[in-house]
Amino acid sequence: MSEFPATIARPYAGAAPYVGATVGDYIQILKPRVMSLVVFTGFVGLVMAPGHLHPVLAAVAVLCIAVGAGASGAINMWYDRDIDRLMPRTAMRPLPAGRMMPGEALGFGIVLAVGAVAVMGLAVNWVAAQLLALTIVFYIFVYTIWLKRRTPQNIVIGGAAGALPPLIGWAAVTGDVGWGAVALFAIVFFWTPPHFWALSLYRAGEYAAAGVPMLPVVAGPRETKRQMLLYTLMLWPATLAPWLFGLAGPVYGVSAGALSLMFTGTAIRVWRDDSDRAERSARQMFAFSLVYLFLVFAALLLERIGGGMQ
Amino acid sequence: MTAAVATDERERRMRARNRALLAVLLGLVALFYVVTIVRLSGG
Repeated sequence: MSEFPATIARPYAGAAPYVGATVGDYIQILKPRVMSLVVFTGFVGLVMAPGHLHPVLAAVAVLCIAVGAGASGAINMWYDRDIDRLMPRTAMRPLPAGRMMPGEALGFGIVLAVGAVAVMGLAVNWVAAQLLALTIVFYIFVYTIWLKRRTPQNIVIGGAAGALPPLIGWAAVTGDVGWGAVALFAIVFFWTPPHFWALSLYRAGEYAAAGVPMLPVVAGPRETKRQMLLYTLMLWPATLAPWLFGLAGPVYGVSAGALSLMFTGTAIRVWRDDSDRAERSARQMFAFSLVYLFLVFAALLLERIGGGMQ
Repeated sequence: MTAAVATDERERRMRARNRALLAVLLGLVALFYVVTIVRLSGG
């Protein structure tokens, strides 16, 4: 971690001298909140996979998924530092706030990405390592660099990167990708658009100012709400697939059905609400989307651990 | 922030980063050791 003289020019610096990033800044560029959801879905993929993996190697696999996700976040923050400073939600991140040099973030991200893939390959297996590498490359090159600033379908296609961790966890155990893993992928994939569009509905002004063509900015709130509802309906078969295909039992089936009903309910409320409270509806849907994904995967996990399925 | 204060703060942050890096490296040594034992025992 290099040091810089106090007089060095910083990209977005004020008059204060550069004193270097804190350890907390390095943790912040890993996007720990995103990382926690990725780790959880990856862990569930690992537990749901048929077969056995030594607990130490399972822990290493989860660690590699976490570090790989963090590396993706760091490189994403390096690339997006110009638009991050334009949005209040992201302006205080270490790079736009001038607390970290861009090269530090990029180098940190690359080292972590290469390290996570190498350790996954050497300690667990190379199929899981290749999937981890694919996830990182997809998130950086396809989502961040190619799609994010070009199309309102950015988070639809780019969402595949966030949906891959259950496959990585599954492959860590089996060495391949089964249909069960594809079902877990589909849940996160179809969940991602309504999740992010709920956020972008009440952050549309910020995205517009930063030039990011999120759906509400390009097509307006009415079309966004319609597509959110459509994706929420498409999420139904994906969420019920683990039960329908015998990967999970009736406890999961009932839980997934009830949660999907509630999630669809929030989407209908957002779709119908054109009043002054529309922003509140979108905020509530965004908050519930996080609860939804957590509880769906928790139901899978609890039923498997509880011995509901063999 | 004066130059002296900035220098102190820069050195303080550098020491904190170095300690964190040391912890990570020690953690990696322990991790590789345990993984090697597990792999050698057929895990």
